[in-house]
Amino acid sequence: MTALTFFGAALTAFGPALSLFVLTIAHDPVRIIVLILSAFFWLLSLLFSSLFWTAVYPLQHVLAFGLVFSILFQELFRFFLYLMLRKADRVMRKLTENEHTQIFSHPHILAYVVGLGFGIMSGAFSLVNVLADSVGPGTVGFQGESQNFFMISASLGLALILCHTFWGVITFVAFDDKKYHWVAAVWILHYLFSCLTLFNPSGWYVASVLPAYINLGVSGALAFSCAGGSWSRLIQCLPRPSPTPA
Amino acid sequence: MAAREEPVPVASARNMGGSRPQSREIQTSTSSSSFLPPGPNVIIRDPNHDGPAPPLNPPDRTAPSRSRSEPLAPGPPPRRGRGAGPGPEPVILDEEEELDLKYGAHHVIMLFTPVTLCMAVVVATIASVTFYREKDGVYLVYTPFHEKNDDVGSNTWEAFANAGILLGVIAVMTFVLIFAYKYKCYRLIHGWLFLSSLLLLFLFTYIYFGEVFKSYNIPFDYISLAFCLWNFGVVGMICIHWKGPLLLQQAYLVFISALMALIFIKYLPNITTWVVLGAISLWDLFAVLAPFGPLRILVETAQERNEQIFPSLIYSAGVIYTLVGAAERPAGEQDDDATRNAQDTESAPGPPRRPPRGQRTGSTPSPHDEADGFDRQWVRQNQNQSEASSQQRVIPPPRPLEMEEEEDRGIKLGLGDFIFYSILVGKASSYGDWNTTLACFVAILIGLCLTLMFLAIFRRALPALPFSIAFGLVFYFATREIIAPFADTLSSQQVFF
Repeated sequence: MTALTFFGAALTAFGPALSLFVLTIAHDPVRIIVLILSAFFWLLSLLFSSLFWTAVYPLQHVLAFGLVFSILFQELFRFFLYLMLRKADRVMRKLTENEHTQIFSHPHILAYVVGLGFGIMSGAFSLVNVLADSVGPGTVGFQGESQNFFMISASLGLALILCHTFWGVITFVAFDDKKYHWVAAVWILHYLFSCLTLFNPSGWYVASVLPAYINLGVSGALAFSCAGGSWSRLIQCLPRPSPTPA
Repeated sequence: MAAREEPVPVASARNMGGSRPQSREIQTSTSSSSFLPPGPNVIIRDPNHDGPAPPLNPPDRTAPSRSRSEPLAPGPPPRRGRGAGPGPEPVILDEEEELDLKYGAHHVIMLFTPVTLCMAVVVATIASVTFYREKDGVYLVYTPFHEKNDDVGSNTWEAFANAGILLGVIAVMTFVLIFAYKYKCYRLIHGWLFLSSLLLLFLFTYIYFGEVFKSYNIPFDYISLAFCLWNFGVVGMICIHWKGPLLLQQAYLVFISALMALIFIKYLPNITTWVVLGAISLWDLFAVLAPFGPLRILVETAQERNEQIFPSLIYSAGVIYTLVGAAERPAGEQDDDATRNAQDTESAPGPPRRPPRGQRTGSTPSPHDEADGFDRQWVRQNQNQSEASSQQRVIPPPRPLEMEEEEDRGIKLGLGDFIFYSILVGKASSYGDWNTTLACFVAILIGLCLTLMFLAIFRRALPALPFSIAFGLVFYFATREIIAPFADTLSSQQVFF
């Protein structure tokens, strides 16, 4: 049972990210490097927020406090990474000029990779230890906790990974086009997502998982429109029933 | 035992540039001296040349001999590398600079993959086999203090003393290796490396699999084990020291690095491991960059002699097997050939990696280049002839040349670097916190990226440990002390951030 739980939860959480990695990242070395770079930036943001959390000793047991500043630092580091990639754009192009990469000619790809890196790292840090515990020994639910602890964690992790990907795309486009209201939208969505998970300790999973997936849908739609997609184009992409000879 | 893990540096771009002419030279010399099992093209070519080719064959024989005798007169040949050539050097240098930046992401990944695999083997073993995690009171001879005191102060003092002793042993062994290499005691070095890989591939593999079977509760009889182990070990020895598919060689090198790392994790006292990691990266910095650093001497001597550094010390992302074969000749012939190669490449103006055809033939007349131009002409003729003869028997020579250009530009990373990266990650995972492991992994990869970026800029052998280990150590302690409490608080409450 423990092994089943482990694989179920792990694949729920990281399956989509893994397929995205294999299908869209793995074939291009530059994308892998950018992915690791963005993961590293996420790690830096976590380091700073933990430092802050450790420094403000009296508020350590208030979850919301650490959370608020963690998100602040994450979004700041996303901005720093954007700045760095844009400043280093010329150098990066030069370094990769004979790679068959399109990452620097298509800004959306760069944004997507950066977002996915943030997402994977963030999802991993939230889930890895939980998943390691799911292998056992021991089982969940003896003291009245929900039996669905691991699945809830995994599905929230999945939503978070995908949301980060979308937020990455939106943020980069917003900074490129100087549409700062979209940046504000990302911040709001991120705060909404995380603050609603504060209901989890009390066991109100509906109040956190449902909004999380609504959030995911909204972020996805926003990212789609940021990346230049529109409803009519989406319709055009769909396979049309060929006009049957009447 | 401690000498096996000299952190051999990432080989420089200059080295890589230099090794292409070398391999071409070896190819031509194989066709003339034919001591290696020559490719079928060589055998089949010669009879074809009886008719129209006699004016072409003699230059092939004289070109090496001329270059063999010629550099004796001008004395010490100019230092190969920047600004060594005549005339239109700046143009080529610029070209080279452009080109040198062109190895990049692709090669970085060719190192990321084995490093990741090595770490994965170590981490998986640490996580599942308790043998490598627990201290059973046995330690390496080089660490006489066992950190059994109660207070942190004396434990730390002991850790530093241990690290100092271990580092001293490594330094002495490295110097022995360098002196042996300097004075061409190849037998000694090869015997030494042979013994150490023998030990790793048989004894330590035996221990490793024994423990793995124990922890998974798998019964296994000694006869089958002996059979499997014998085959595994012998194939490994052949692949590492002689020849074999590149992928297999790489796999064996990764495996023995992982084994070595596991041994260190088990038999080094706790704090000592961390101090050793810090000290070894400083030692690496010194050994590769200081003017009298032993590894610098090793790399430069190898470059001067135009040889590969021993394949059991260094992981090559891509290597040509004629080169490995070249290291195994009888000593006299090898020296002769090595000096010939060295002189020939040294007389060539710089090692342009993939110079534009027109420019090379136009502006840089040099013995090497003549030979090269001749080669191509000869190749063309040969192709014309081979069109007449049976096409499927004759492998057209340009193809191997292309492969060389593709493969030879691989980056090299010392096995010591693999070992110490894996020690760091494995040690981090031995405390059971996966966030720490993950943080160390990402930090080491970023450090490796940074090192490779500097490699692209400076184009000389660089120590691969300092950046990675520094990042790794910083993130290990930061994660363990600061990040983990925070992240655990949040994730155990299912709060996502």
